[in-house]
Amino acid sequence: MNNEEPLWEVFIRSKQGLDHKHVGSLHAADAQTAIENARDVYTRRMEGVSIWVVESKNIHSSNPDEAASLYDPANDKIYRHPTFYNLPDELKHM
Amino acid sequence: MENNLFNYTLHLADNSLTMGHRLSEWTGHGPMLEQDIAISNIALDLIGQSRNFYQYAAALKDDSVTEDLLAYLRDAREFKNLLITEIPNGDWAKTIMKLFLFSTYQFCFYQKLIDSSDKQLAAIAEKSLKEVTYHVRWSSEWVIRLGDGTEESNKRIKLAMEEVWPFTGEMFQPAEYESLLINNRISVDVSEIKNDWMGRVKSVLEEATLSYPEDKNTWMQTGGKNGIHTEHLGYLLAEMQFLQRAYPGCEW
Amino acid sequence: MATEELQKVFDDKIAEEIRIEPKDWMPDDYRKTLIRQISQHAHSEIVGMLPEANWITRAPSLRRKATLLAKVQDEAGHGLYLYSAAETMGITREEMVDQLLSGKAKYSSIFNYPTLTWADIGAIGWLVDGAAIMNQVPLCRASYGPYARAMVRICKEESFHQRQGFEILLTLCKGSKEQKEMAQDALNRWWWPSLMMFGPNDDTSPHTAQSMKWKIKRFSNDELRQKFVDVCNEQADILGITIPDDKLVWNEKRQHYDFGEINWNEFFNVIKGNGPCNKERLAARVSAHENGEWVREAALAYARKKAPKSPSGEFESFRN
Repeated sequence: MNNEEPLWEVFIRSKQGLDHKHVGSLHAADAQTAIENARDVYTRRMEGVSIWVVESKNIHSSNPDEAASLYDPANDKIYRHPTFYNLPDELKHM
Repeated sequence: MENNLFNYTLHLADNSLTMGHRLSEWTGHGPMLEQDIAISNIALDLIGQSRNFYQYAAALKDDSVTEDLLAYLRDAREFKNLLITEIPNGDWAKTIMKLFLFSTYQFCFYQKLIDSSDKQLAAIAEKSLKEVTYHVRWSSEWVIRLGDGTEESNKRIKLAMEEVWPFTGEMFQPAEYESLLINNRISVDVSEIKNDWMGRVKSVLEEATLSYPEDKNTWMQTGGKNGIHTEHLGYLLAEMQFLQRAYPGCEW
Repeated sequence: MATEELQKVFDDKIAEEIRIEPKDWMPDDYRKTLIRQISQHAHSEIVGMLPEANWITRAPSLRRKATLLAKVQDEAGHGLYLYSAAETMGITREEMVDQLLSGKAKYSSIFNYPTLTWADIGAIGWLVDGAAIMNQVPLCRASYGPYARAMVRICKEESFHQRQGFEILLTLCKGSKEQKEMAQDALNRWWWPSLMMFGPNDDTSPHTAQSMKWKIKRFSNDELRQKFVDVCNEQADILGITIPDDKLVWNEKRQHYDFGEINWNEFFNVIKGNGPCNKERLAARVSAHENGEWVREAALAYARKKAPKSPSGEFESFRN
């Protein structure tokens, strides 16, 4: 059995109204301890108001080799952006 | 009366300083990096608390008295901290047990001190209470993990309990300077917080699969509040006060 | 994709200053170099706690005690950020710690010197942290994303460290005769080891050229060392103490200070394990690790006992 405490990814909400943001990782035996460790490691300077921890092995990520097929097709869909549409200057609130 | 308040404030300051000092001995030597950071945080909180109390105590005297003079230039007989704060750290189990029993005491205590008629003490208590709430949580988690962890950790935390328990009695026995401030609602009547403390300690010990020492005849060590200490405090102070003693009258 | 293609994608990213991220393809040597560098850096933070922690219990005032404790604690945090960054490259913390404890991994040789007086704490803050910052600021732009991000966080936190060290020395230099002597003595002992922190001269530094090509390093050892010497001079003047180097002189033509030759024999010997405190430092880490073993086992045993049987478990989902 692996005798190292599992690795956890830490996400911190820096203030109310903002998203939780990934800040790093740490080791802890369980979720409770991971949250406490995150509090001591990543919020020593008032960096946060809320903490999420996720065991690193539970994070699945996209494969960078597929980046071209995953993200490039969005490049030519500029009609998804508001600036694509030409509207008269008189129109103020839209 | 004024002197009682001064002594009482020193007692509170000395508690936090000696405990914080002991915990800081772990910095760089913790069982894992994350816990090294955690225990150093708690040490910092406690040293911060002691400064607030020392500064207040100094303000009760004339301008020549400073926080550092009180911390660094009194000898062991003048220190008024509880014995539990000065005894050596031992292993992680003993440190955790000391911290758990002491933090739970501080928690119950500060909850009362926030209603002190002395506004300054009440304000320090309010700030400290938030910190101590976390110390209780953190040390409880560890008592539970060691109690209900492995056979070895269970053995160690039990032994720690036996070693530390006799130092808990004096928490609830007021010194004279303390008693004399109760009527003015300046000090906390510590005999009244014992049940609260017991209940909290019991429930954590239970979760940790440890039994609460019900034996009423356990001999309790006392004296700290009146300056009668263990031999350990002298060494702690010798180390802590060395520079101030070796180079008197300097700024640092 | 074929390796040549992958290599080209990698090279292009480096050329265009696009960060390499953990799952991206990278050359084996890039990975190895970074693991070595980041873990050495992490070990240095952790071992570096020891000479300073040596004075926490003897700090001469409550304010100094609190700031030193906070600073040493920060170093533990920095070690942790760096171990985390290295772990994104496929090595575990356990493996790295084993490398340190078995003596296989290196750490900054400066921490093998003893802290003999309180002034040493000032000198470490001023010189050792000063040299570290000089090294670290360019690393915030290192090509490997997790390393660069860890360095940004570290540099932000590090900024108070050097100031607290300088303030300690300044107070000593304005104090009694003994205090000023203490400060001068600390500078005498820490100056040369601080210059050694930048590593061997460029012509004998085995990894520099490749690291610069990979944009892990942005400046060479000698460039950084020169910058450091230049700024320290003025700072020593403010303190009113003297840098122990009679060859130290302003060179109008170079617009830099010239300085004396570093004792490289001493440097390589300290790296080899012959410094005054190598054995103590390692022994302290080994003992912390060994004494902590039953604690780590207990935490794991408890976690396994309490592990939720279903994935939903006892912890509330964040959406609640």
